[in-house]
Amino acid sequence: MRDGFSRALIERMGRHEEIVVLDGDVANSTKTDKVFEAYPDRFVAAGIAEQNMAGVAAGLASTGKLVPFVVTFAVFAVSRMLDQVRVSIAQTGLPVVVVGAYAGLLTGKTGKTHISVDDLAVYRALPGMRVLAPADDEELEAALDLCLSNPAPTYLRVARDPVPTVTNGAVLRPEGSVLTLRAGTEVALVGTGSQSGRCLQAADLLSEWGLEAAVLHVPQLKPIAHATVREPLERFTHVFTVEEHNVIGGLGSLVAEALSERPWGGYHLRLGIQDRFGESGANDDLLHAYGLSSERVARAVADGVRARS
Amino acid sequence: MYRDGEVLDVAELTHIANRIRQLSVEAVYEAKAGHLGGPLSVAEILAVIYFGVAKVDPQRPSASTRDRVVLSKGHSAVALYAALALRGYFPVDELLTFDSVGSRLQGHPDMTALPGLDMSTGSLGQGLSVGAGMALSCRFTGEDHRVFVVVGDGECQEGQVWEAAHFAAEHGLSNLCAVVDANGLSQWGRQQPPHEPVPHLAERWQAFGWDVVTGDGHDVNFLVDALRNAGSSGDRPTCVIARTVKGKGVERFEGDFEWHSKVPTPDEFSEVMTELKDREATRA
Repeated sequence: MRDGFSRALIERMGRHEEIVVLDGDVANSTKTDKVFEAYPDRFVAAGIAEQNMAGVAAGLASTGKLVPFVVTFAVFAVSRMLDQVRVSIAQTGLPVVVVGAYAGLLTGKTGKTHISVDDLAVYRALPGMRVLAPADDEELEAALDLCLSNPAPTYLRVARDPVPTVTNGAVLRPEGSVLTLRAGTEVALVGTGSQSGRCLQAADLLSEWGLEAAVLHVPQLKPIAHATVREPLERFTHVFTVEEHNVIGGLGSLVAEALSERPWGGYHLRLGIQDRFGESGANDDLLHAYGLSSERVARAVADGVRARS
Repeated sequence: MYRDGEVLDVAELTHIANRIRQLSVEAVYEAKAGHLGGPLSVAEILAVIYFGVAKVDPQRPSASTRDRVVLSKGHSAVALYAALALRGYFPVDELLTFDSVGSRLQGHPDMTALPGLDMSTGSLGQGLSVGAGMALSCRFTGEDHRVFVVVGDGECQEGQVWEAAHFAAEHGLSNLCAVVDANGLSQWGRQQPPHEPVPHLAERWQAFGWDVVTGDGHDVNFLVDALRNAGSSGDRPTCVIARTVKGKGVERFEGDFEWHSKVPTPDEFSEVMTELKDREATRA
C-alpha cells in the first residue's frame, strides 16, 4: 500500500496547498521520498525524533491553513509520540494526520519491535481521534480525501505491501460506515484494513467447502455509531471479526461493544493476533502462524460454526 | 488600563509583573489549588512578552498576523491567565474561576477553552516543538510572525526539548525565541542549589546552534532588550536564559520548592498579599 499511498498523496498535493508532509527519517521505506522529489518545499525532514515531529505538526496545523501528514512506522506513531499526540493534537483538535505506515504484522521481516499490534486500540481509546483503516489503495485515496474535506485529528493505518482491490473506492463518510463486500445470510466475517481482502479470500474458500459467508468491512473504527455497526450484523447468527491487530481494543472490541448493547440471537468470535507481540518472518509464514491467512481464517470460521450449530 | 501599541516603561512593566503575582496568588487561594512558585518566577517574563514585545491583539485573538506565545511550562497557567486578563483578553474577575469545573481557566492551559491561548500545554517538554512548528509555518503560508516559547529549566530535563532545540537550529528558525525561566528548582526540589535541574544551560543551547543571552529574569530592562533583539542573527533561533527566583516577591515562597504547588492558609494569604502590595508601594 505504501506505493499507492505516496502516489495518492502526491496527486492530492497538486490540488491541496494545505498539505505538508513530515517524515521521521523513514521516507525511503514509506515512499514519501517521492513526495520529497515532487514537492521538496512542502516536505519536512524531522529526523529520528518522533516526539518533536508530532509537536511540530501541531504547530503547523495551528495556523488553520495547513494539514500536516506525519509519516512514520505505526509502532512509532503509537509508542514514540503518544503523549505528544494526546496533548498537542487530540486535546487541541488540530487537524494533523498521523500516518501509521508498516502497520500490522507484515513489516518486511523486522520482528516484534516493528510490528504494531496495538495501534488501533490505542488510537481508538484517545478521545477526539478519527481512526481509519482502509482495505486497499482505492479506499486509501478515499481516506485521504476525507482527511482533506473534513480536517480533524486522524490516525491512518497503512499496510506496507500491495493488497488486492476489494472496495470500489467509495467515498468515506465522516460519521463512519460498514461496507458489505460479499453478501450472505447466517455467517459474517468482518474485517478492517488490509485484512478485509483476506476475509474475502477466506469466504471463497468457505464457499468451496459449502459454507456461504458474508464479508463486511469497517474502514473507519472511530467515529462510528454503535447502531451503524450493530444493525448490519444483527441479521447474522455467527459473527467473526478478523483483524491484523491484537484482539484487544481494535475491531473485535468495537463490534463486541456494539453488539452487547441489546439482546441478540447470535454470537461473536474475535479472530486476530491473540494478545502477543509479533516476530520476523515471510509474510505468508507470519499470516499462517498468527491465524490470519485466508486458509486459517476459513478454518477457524468453519470450526466455529460447526461447534455452535 | 493598557492601550494597544502603548510602549510601557520599566516602572510600568514592573508594575504589571507585580499585578500578575497578586492576581496569581488570589486565584490560587480562591481555587485552593494550583501552583505559585513557577507563576511568581515567570511574572516579568510574561509581562515583557505581552506588554513589551509580542504583537498581539486581544480583540483579534486568532489573527494570522499575531505573534505566538506558548507557555510550555503549563503549570504556571495562572500567571499566563493573569497576564492575558490584564492585557484585555477577558475580565480580570474571571481569574477567580481558575481551576473550577466549566471554567475557561483550566489548571493547565487549554486552547479549546480560552481564546488567546495559542497552544494547550501541561505535559512538560512539548511546547518548544509546537513553537518550532508555528515558526516553520511561515515558510508555507508566507506569513511573518515571531514565536515566544516559555520553557522551565526543570522542563529542560525532558528529551523532547532537545529534539526541538536540534530541529529549530537545523531549520534556521530565527523567528523562534525560547525563554527559559531558570528558577533552579523543580517540583520536588531534590536538586537544591547549587545543583540545577539542568547544569550548563547556556553551553547546551549554544552547542545546539542557538544564540544565547543570559541575564536576570526579574530585570525587565534585560528582558525587553533580549526579546526585542532575538532573531537578529537572521538564521538562528534565540534562547534567553532568564535567571529567576522561584516564588519571587514573597519571602516565604522564595527558593522553597515546597511552594511549587501549595495553597496558602488564610493567615499566609493576607500576609503574602500585604507583602506584594508593600513591595509595589515601595517601588512606586
